[in-house]
Amino acid sequence: MKAIGIILAGGNNSRMQELSKKRAIAAMPVGGSYRSIDFVLSNMSNSRIQTVAVLTQYSARSLNEHLSSSKWWDFGRKQGGLYVFNPTVTADNSWWYRGTADAMYQNISFLKKRHEPYVIITSGDCIYKMDYNRVLDYHIGKKADITVVCKDMGEGEDVSRFGVIRMNEDAKIVEFEEKPMVSQSGTISTGIYILRRRQLIEMLERSAEEDRWDFVTDILIRYKNMKRIYGYKIKEYWSNIATAESYFQTNIDFLKPDVRKYFFRDEPKICSKVDDLPPAKYNAGSDVRNSLVASGCIINSKVEDSVLFKKVFVGKNCVIRNSVILNDVYIGDNTHIENCIVESRNTLKANTYYCGSDGIRIVSENNERYML
Amino acid sequence: MRVARTNKRREVKDVIRKEMIAMLLAGGQGSRLGVLTAGVAKPAVAFGGKYRIIDFPLSNCINSGIDTVGVLTQYQPLRLNTHIGIGIPWDLDRNNGGVTILPPYEKSDNSEWYTGTANAVFQNMTYMESHHPEYVLILSGDHIYKMDYGTMLEFHKRQKADVTIATMPVPMEEAGRFGIVVTDENRRIEAFEEKPKEPRSNLASMGIYIFTWEVLKEALYTLRDQSGCDFGRHIIPYCHEKGLVLSAYEYNGYWKDVGTLGSYWEANMELVDLIPEFNLYEEYWKIYTRSDVIEPQYLAAGSVVEKSIIGEGCEIYGEVSHSVIGSGVCIGEGAVVRDSIIMKDTCIGEGARVEKAIIAEGCSIGKNVSLGAFAEAPNCLNASIYSFGLVTIGEDSVIPDGVAVGKNTAISGVTARDDYPEGILKSGGVLIKAGDIV
Repeated sequence: MKAIGIILAGGNNSRMQELSKKRAIAAMPVGGSYRSIDFVLSNMSNSRIQTVAVLTQYSARSLNEHLSSSKWWDFGRKQGGLYVFNPTVTADNSWWYRGTADAMYQNISFLKKRHEPYVIITSGDCIYKMDYNRVLDYHIGKKADITVVCKDMGEGEDVSRFGVIRMNEDAKIVEFEEKPMVSQSGTISTGIYILRRRQLIEMLERSAEEDRWDFVTDILIRYKNMKRIYGYKIKEYWSNIATAESYFQTNIDFLKPDVRKYFFRDEPKICSKVDDLPPAKYNAGSDVRNSLVASGCIINSKVEDSVLFKKVFVGKNCVIRNSVILNDVYIGDNTHIENCIVESRNTLKANTYYCGSDGIRIVSENNERYML
Repeated sequence: MRVARTNKRREVKDVIRKEMIAMLLAGGQGSRLGVLTAGVAKPAVAFGGKYRIIDFPLSNCINSGIDTVGVLTQYQPLRLNTHIGIGIPWDLDRNNGGVTILPPYEKSDNSEWYTGTANAVFQNMTYMESHHPEYVLILSGDHIYKMDYGTMLEFHKRQKADVTIATMPVPMEEAGRFGIVVTDENRRIEAFEEKPKEPRSNLASMGIYIFTWEVLKEALYTLRDQSGCDFGRHIIPYCHEKGLVLSAYEYNGYWKDVGTLGSYWEANMELVDLIPEFNLYEEYWKIYTRSDVIEPQYLAAGSVVEKSIIGEGCEIYGEVSHSVIGSGVCIGEGAVVRDSIIMKDTCIGEGARVEKAIIAEGCSIGKNVSLGAFAEAPNCLNASIYSFGLVTIGEDSVIPDGVAVGKNTAISGVTARDDYPEGILKSGGVLIKAGDIV
């Protein structure tokens, strides 16, 4: 592969509410067995990209732990590998990453040392499958300076949290607005960009001289009329999990047969860190319908239309409905959970009731674990 | 591990010494598992949803701090080799030691297959010598148990023993089915009795031995011309006659031989008990395995699942009760699976009825098939293998839509409607289409 990968995984979003308190969005568990960053890492590995840099900043402990070995995504190679860059204090810089461009600028020596001609910049909070080689071929074919992967959102979907794009008939981007209140178009940027490595270095150095630190507003939008910036449309499943509602919906999407087939059955597969958990166990009284259950779960009661992540224990006579239960949650007997996201490593006492009435309720208790 | 000096080849050099290395005997066919082992060695047979039998001794090794394991393979080793790889799941991918697969190999003279358990170990003398062990642990790859070999080694040292045999107490009335050891009050072994009519003790040998390296080396060299040299029949009696110190280590945990279809089925079924004696869900003493399927399992709106263990990536549309289901299995709508073991990537057609069956990996069971129908009848090929009322189906078999299969039966290979007169395989029948005659 003629490109290196950069994953911007430092971000936090207040719209994740309590969920992003203890981890970066890129480390959010997704689809029962995965974490958000697994999707982009697997895409890179499956596209035969050998060198990937992950730029982290916000609450990176959980993410660093997940990335502690690169072997799960087949990056443990002599050539290339997986690099994790946390912000560090150096002789001439004591800033945190002040923006996405700054995050890359502070690691510009890494960019300069590589020999691959192209760079693929992505974020760690999107759920999709993609062969980046196809985007690169498109980029080369269009003789583009920058290619932005974009997506047509459905009618009536809120696009105000994305960069909104308008293209001409040749797919050249003529308008690019960052998070507009009212938008003219339903096409959004997915935060995946391809450009030449030398070009990126030049742009980053120029922005740094002007004290500009954001890749989208300070580079993409400013260069829009000067450089050839093209859009590549993704037609398959793509979802951004950076708000509590979309996070919930993305997980529930996995209950659809076509989404499940696309991510679980079709090659290439998504890889993740293996946890060595035993298979899921269903005791007498379990009644599980239209739900996903990950390994290590023990279930004693009713579960409907829900996603249970790894190592969830469900006690007797519970009802769990339309909910997402994250990793390692203990649910005591006679508990009712409906329209909730239960934060990981929680212990829910017996005889409790949690129900999201309008919208999704995020449950995060700090009870002591009392196991058998 | 420690560094020591040896005088090998007349030069003094530093070497890394492993205190104890393990030799894991995994070359056996396990013919009593019938069609299940037609294409794979017994240690590679699936167990408990996502595991293979060899995962248990391998996990015990790493959990006991043994990081050098030689795996002796012979019969159908491909599945075993790909499963073990370089030992990553068990953390046995080491710069020094780790797991090494040891198949029989051609020598300048006297090339032969492994003719017996001790002969197999003898043929790998150079492997053992290269690690300069103080003790060697001999294991077999066909038991389900969690055991700390470190405690057994401490016992071996405390006893100042030359050989330690792991034993477990069995009910006195059953002792006649085992190899029994008779000990004195200091746990020194006085006598051996193989399947005694009137047992003098109830300590059964588990086929797990610790040898002091020099003792093992000497015994293997002395008996190198013994045909079919075996630990239980030749090496241990030889050491005993020579007057060496043999002691019996008593193990009191769960230990299950899964050598027959009946005991294999039983051991799997015990896992679905509420709190089974052999608990896979304990944090302590994890069992590791290679898992290439990681996605969660899906239970559809019409599914009913109770008292079962279900592996990753399954899609369940039908009814499952009291069963152990492997990874990537699909159970169609309206299908009923009871008291059965279904291994990896098998597909059960819509409306099928599966009762008390063991179905190996990659099978395809047609729609409305009924397995385990009719009254019991003894098996026509080998009644001692195919009994317990089980239906046993070998790897990659295909069963056409709508047929009925009786109890104590075995099927292997791609079968068509014509193979079932009147759409029936009677109880006790055998249908083997593949080249292998079992």
